[in-house]
Amino acid sequence: MGVLYILVVISLILAIGFLLTFIWFIKSGQMEDDYTPSIRILFENNTNQKKNKL
Amino acid sequence: MKKPEKYCTHCGERVNSNTIALKEKLFCCEGCKTVFEILNDNNLSTYYTNNTGFSPKKNKKYAFLSEQSIQEKLIDFKDENVTIIHLNIPKIHCSSCIWLLEHLYKIEEDIQSTRVNFSTKKLRIVYDHSKINLEQVVKLLARIGYEPRISMIDIEKSSTKKDLTLSYKIGIAGFCFGNVMLLSFPGYFQMDRFIFKDFHSFFGYLNFAFAIPSLFYSGFLYLESAWKGLRTKYINIDVPIALGMIVLFARSTFEVFSGFGEGYFDSLTGLVFFLLIGKYFQNLTYKSLSFERDYRSYFPLSAIRIKDKKEENISLNEIQNDDIILIRNQEIIPADSILIKGKATIDNSFVTGESKAINKKIGDTIYAGGRQIGEAITLKVIKTVSQSYLTQLWNHKTFSKKTSSIKSITDKISKNFTIAILSIATISAIYWWFEKPELAINVFTAVLIIACPCAIALSAPFSLGNTLRIFGRQKLYLKNTEVIEQMAEIDHIVFDKTGTITKTNSEAVEFIGDELSFEEKKAIFALVRNSYHPLSKAIYKTFSTCEGSEISNYKEISGKGIEGKILGNHFLLGSKSFLGVEDKHKEEQTQVWLKINQKIRGHFVFKNNYRPGLSTLIRQLKDYHLSLLSGDNSGESTTLSKWFNQESLYFNKSPKDKLNFIDTYQKENHHTIMMIGDGLNDAGALKQANIGIAVSEDVTHFSPACDGILEAGQLNKLPHFIQLAKQSLIIIRISFFISLLYNVTGLFFAVQGLLSPLIAAIIMPLSSISVIIFVSLSTNFLARKKFK
Repeated sequence: MGVLYILVVISLILAIGFLLTFIWFIKSGQMEDDYTPSIRILFENNTNQKKNKL
Repeated sequence: MKKPEKYCTHCGERVNSNTIALKEKLFCCEGCKTVFEILNDNNLSTYYTNNTGFSPKKNKKYAFLSEQSIQEKLIDFKDENVTIIHLNIPKIHCSSCIWLLEHLYKIEEDIQSTRVNFSTKKLRIVYDHSKINLEQVVKLLARIGYEPRISMIDIEKSSTKKDLTLSYKIGIAGFCFGNVMLLSFPGYFQMDRFIFKDFHSFFGYLNFAFAIPSLFYSGFLYLESAWKGLRTKYINIDVPIALGMIVLFARSTFEVFSGFGEGYFDSLTGLVFFLLIGKYFQNLTYKSLSFERDYRSYFPLSAIRIKDKKEENISLNEIQNDDIILIRNQEIIPADSILIKGKATIDNSFVTGESKAINKKIGDTIYAGGRQIGEAITLKVIKTVSQSYLTQLWNHKTFSKKTSSIKSITDKISKNFTIAILSIATISAIYWWFEKPELAINVFTAVLIIACPCAIALSAPFSLGNTLRIFGRQKLYLKNTEVIEQMAEIDHIVFDKTGTITKTNSEAVEFIGDELSFEEKKAIFALVRNSYHPLSKAIYKTFSTCEGSEISNYKEISGKGIEGKILGNHFLLGSKSFLGVEDKHKEEQTQVWLKINQKIRGHFVFKNNYRPGLSTLIRQLKDYHLSLLSGDNSGESTTLSKWFNQESLYFNKSPKDKLNFIDTYQKENHHTIMMIGDGLNDAGALKQANIGIAVSEDVTHFSPACDGILEAGQLNKLPHFIQLAKQSLIIIRISFFISLLYNVTGLFFAVQGLLSPLIAAIIMPLSSISVIIFVSLSTNFLARKKFK
């Protein structure tokens, strides 16, 4: 059962990784607006724009 | 076949009175109209050339944005190539608006990108300042119908980044809580002690490690608040919470490091997490309204100063005494000044609430907050903004509102709670000291741990927060939850007259005299539409169904009347004295007399238009002491005594009188007063009252001194709001009782020394969750019953 030590530590590292991602994503301001992105996806021109740029 | 409701051709939303039309099709906003056109024309620039009549060359309204100092305050970021700025655009309201605004780069090449934040109605623009300047960007926005609102607040920005820290704290608290729970599970089931013993201490140390950030980072604000409270000898709700947390932590650390047990870290992290969730929920409710606006957001951002024959834009702060300033039509006077040149017709509706414009002669003092109607006038500043009359009224020392002279309900309970718990803990400890000494400390700490004030701390925010949101949905926006608690305690309601119980700008106009012919009505309409005088505007509105006729020789004599020639007939419309009418009656109502070709034709009389449902409203409020304060004359006395008692009617009250009235009642009769008013003139009174509610037609304009804003159409729901407030408090009391049950159960175990981490871990979250659910469900249920 000694393997449990290693397993717990590994899962902890993974969890901390997710925590850091969480902190990063709050910092980058994604949480400020949750309505506009849902509308923005539906704009057709955005994808066309990208195609033109290519 | 007339459709009762009009719908926007593009997005299908209901269209209100200011419709935008294109070839018989109606739209709710410029965005929708634009999208429709684009779908038809397939070419965005066609719309751009068909601008909506905003002539940029003549209009210098945004000239002040070229000022470097003002720009610097508004801009977020600037380097050699780009400038980034956030603008507040109130007109954003649908997905088409977002579409249009985010495609601005197509209309104007020099704008690189734009991004809308729908919930805050802000637009972030990135533009190349070497090719286009801020003034042009703003003009473009105004041209397409999305005029940004720039106010003093934006200039003296203080970024509210507080929300972010709470999110971090919740994230970390949740992270720690989840992991600690995972690691504590084996301890609950005590499976196979033989195996578990090895990991016992390992998990214990890990839990300890998790508890540290949870308590000292996420939970820090509770510790800090309790410490501050204790320093001022005031036991607030955070004291028992902080006490419980510290005891939890201390005992658990001791247990883990000495090997006696696993500790109660799971309860600790859970407690911190739930409390923070409660706080987040509370904040969510306040976000929709920003009450940080102070009075300066009403005043014009900048003014034009005339110095050495040059006109320059200066910001509000730079105005000094003796400056000569130029105020154009519809602009607001920024400081107390003397009129030097021009015809001043001042609309003081911001200040006095009365919309009748006052004519000023050269040499008269014009007070800040008034709005000039008519030609541009030149003024000399005599008192700068900080000293002006309005601020004086507000800086009156009766103003710093006695916040929480009535302690909020949670603080009252928390004090008793803490004392009770400490006594129980001490008594049980003493008891066990004599019976079985080693249990004494155990019991003492167990009592402190299990006695969870979390339900108490949560029920008030959740219940009041929910009520706040329900009120918001019914268009009553309150400043904070303390207002709800106050609402339940009022016994005296004071109403303002103009604008509160009357509808503004729709004064009913009646013509006394022989009925006017259609031709005469057309002529009068043609006459009044040239005039900005409020009485003319009222007549204009009444006759708005007529077409105008041609008019010549139009002349407006300020303060007296207007005249003109229509189809060969000479029309004269004005005050009694101007027309030379002799009438012995005491002038109680506003009258405007009409003369056609020098013959008196009759006069117009203006009646107050009361809001519908007023009598029902007053009837439902009969249990309260009601008063009416008005700045107007007593002409309406008879009409009003239908609803109010004669002795509760007070007329000709200045803003200061209103304030003193409320102050007197509070001091001498110990009334808890709710004042319902409409504008800046009530500001002092609104602040002095225990609760000040501002009634407004347009919810984005409000008086900063009030505790709440009520949309004018919802005034009739006032009794329901008060009742719901009272019921919310009852719900809170019930939830306290529920939490008491949990506490008693927990104490039952704790006092006997039987408290295991398992029991603590079950009872504490269970009590919090059940209280939250109960409180949310019952407030929603009650609200649904009231506001069907």
